[in-house]
Amino acid sequence: MSRDHILHRVRTAVGRSAGQPAADPPPVRIRIPSVDLESRIASMLARVEALAGKAYRSDDPRGFVESAIAGKTAVASNAPYLVECGITSLPGVRSGITDRAELRELCAKSDVGITCADYALADTGSLVMLSSPQEARMISLLPPAHIAVVPRERLLTGLDELFSILPRPAEQTSSMVLITGPSRTADIEQILVRGVHGPGQITVVVV
Amino acid sequence: MSAEFDQKIHNTLADANLQLAIYTATARLKEHRIQNVDPGVLPDYQELRTQANTIKKHAIENLDHYLEEFERNVVAHGGKVVYCKDGTEVSDFILALAKERNAHLIVKSKSMTTEEIDLNERLEHHGLESVETDLGEYILQLAHERPYHIVAPALHKTRYDVADIFTDRLKVPREVVIEKQTAIARGVLREKFLAADIGISGANFLVADSGAIVLVENEGNARLTTSAPKIHIAVAGIEKIIPRAQDLATFLKLLARSATGQSLSVYTSFLSGPRREGEIDGPDEFYVVLLDNGRTKLLPDRSKRQSLYCIRCGACLNTCPVYRKIGGHSFPWVYSGPIGAIITPQFMGAGHEPGLPFASSLCGACGEVCPVKIDIPKILLELRSDVKKSELREKQNRLERLAFRAFAWLMTHPRLYEMAGSMAAAVAPSDGRWIRTVPAPMNLGPVKAWLSQRDLPPPPAKSFRQMWRQR
Repeated sequence: MSRDHILHRVRTAVGRSAGQPAADPPPVRIRIPSVDLESRIASMLARVEALAGKAYRSDDPRGFVESAIAGKTAVASNAPYLVECGITSLPGVRSGITDRAELRELCAKSDVGITCADYALADTGSLVMLSSPQEARMISLLPPAHIAVVPRERLLTGLDELFSILPRPAEQTSSMVLITGPSRTADIEQILVRGVHGPGQITVVVV
Repeated sequence: MSAEFDQKIHNTLADANLQLAIYTATARLKEHRIQNVDPGVLPDYQELRTQANTIKKHAIENLDHYLEEFERNVVAHGGKVVYCKDGTEVSDFILALAKERNAHLIVKSKSMTTEEIDLNERLEHHGLESVETDLGEYILQLAHERPYHIVAPALHKTRYDVADIFTDRLKVPREVVIEKQTAIARGVLREKFLAADIGISGANFLVADSGAIVLVENEGNARLTTSAPKIHIAVAGIEKIIPRAQDLATFLKLLARSATGQSLSVYTSFLSGPRREGEIDGPDEFYVVLLDNGRTKLLPDRSKRQSLYCIRCGACLNTCPVYRKIGGHSFPWVYSGPIGAIITPQFMGAGHEPGLPFASSLCGACGEVCPVKIDIPKILLELRSDVKKSELREKQNRLERLAFRAFAWLMTHPRLYEMAGSMAAAVAPSDGRWIRTVPAPMNLGPVKAWLSQRDLPPPPAKSFRQMWRQR
């Protein structure tokens, strides 16, 4: 069997025996800068804009989303925060779907997907989405536009803080995705085109 | 150097459009990297490189331990790990699974590891449809070509080439606007994603303490590949392992910056197992194929094993004066540039293309930009030495040995050396092109090949020795 064959070859090559404990790994390198909330918000908005996304601060996420999706069809995740804000009950918004096939079909034909980010990284303008019964993967992936609502207390400084809060993301979800700007490619002549397979438009609302 | 290698190089050098395409693309990627690792943007860049190197070194030295830990954690989350020693084993596994699940359509996201084993060809040979979904890779699949560059696979194709390929293969009206070409591909591939039975991805990292694979991409095709079909298979080399999820705080800061100059790629996916209880979408089955394919061959050598630290960012290609002239397809295997020059002979055997480690100016730029600090120039020298040793064993290249022996003898006899110097000065061509001065019968074969790439500056009026005596 190739498993044992390969492991045996590896052990022989690096001079170890089966079951031998590993040497202590080098310490992890986690450096969390101290950045106040206002600066984190400012950085998040600036970074998203720099990536050709749209970014806003709003105290009224429902009103913001309502005007952003006027006349369009939208599908929203089952995040409790979106329910609390009243976004899921906006006209034109479908939500509360738990069936995979139904959700996929809906996402494939909707104009906008609305999600609530689990975290956001201020220094890179990234959204962090953990797959769960509340947050499906397709909503931030299939529709041509993605609106992400970010409660401001979820704004982290960056990757280091994320991995200090979630040292083992696999304990919580089968899928964690960092989204940094709209889907893009430069595969033909290095010309930047947005919206290849994922959403070409991304809107971040920090509440 | 094989005649084929030589011929491909000459063809590339003679193609002005191709030269421009390679130069422009690599210059842009190179410039973007420089801007984004600048101390003003990333003050701890050098510390991150050192940390990345230290982690990779540790992971490789304890590789069996971390592979087993990775496997335990994948299984704990409901996935399966399959070890394969070569491409045949990988395709046998996938074919058997596809047959069992009655699967016919496969979507693939970009993976150099699957290029290595010609996975698409193997699967299609057995009647499966396997579609590349990264735009560049899709174009190349339609054109039946290999990637030109690790990160920008279709950098040698212009919009007009793409228009021809799409018209010919997809039977669509000719379209030369890049945005519209992208939309055509999006439309075709969207249907494939939604109909596919299996998604095959590579992996940028295998995280031992989480049993997770990490994928880094810009288009969203890897996300779709890994979450739309009911079965996800990730194919990765065994060397991709890192011990902890927290190590990603180091590697993710380096990878995208070194590759394209982005602070992070658009999508970074951290995937551990099939969808869990209550999750609405995601695959029902999750497999990780751990591939050897020559990797264990280079583990015993403590110096050369650092070739396995590579995270495939492509920075060494963009900065390499040789790659930037001879391009990706001159290289004998799927990996091109400096990294290709060191891993190809080690994976495939030095005899595969003996000229490869010599196709370098040893300027050191590749080692300088490597985010995990692989000492590529040093490994190139070691590989050159290996090639020469095996030539000695096989008693090849008598002429070259004779020439170098004569040279050594001359260099150790100062009088003769001086005499030879003044003789050479007397017959030297004024433009330095020695090839023209070599008389006809000798101006052939290996002598011609050697001289065709080496010039000497015209000799000075007085040699250093003469000036020293007259000082």
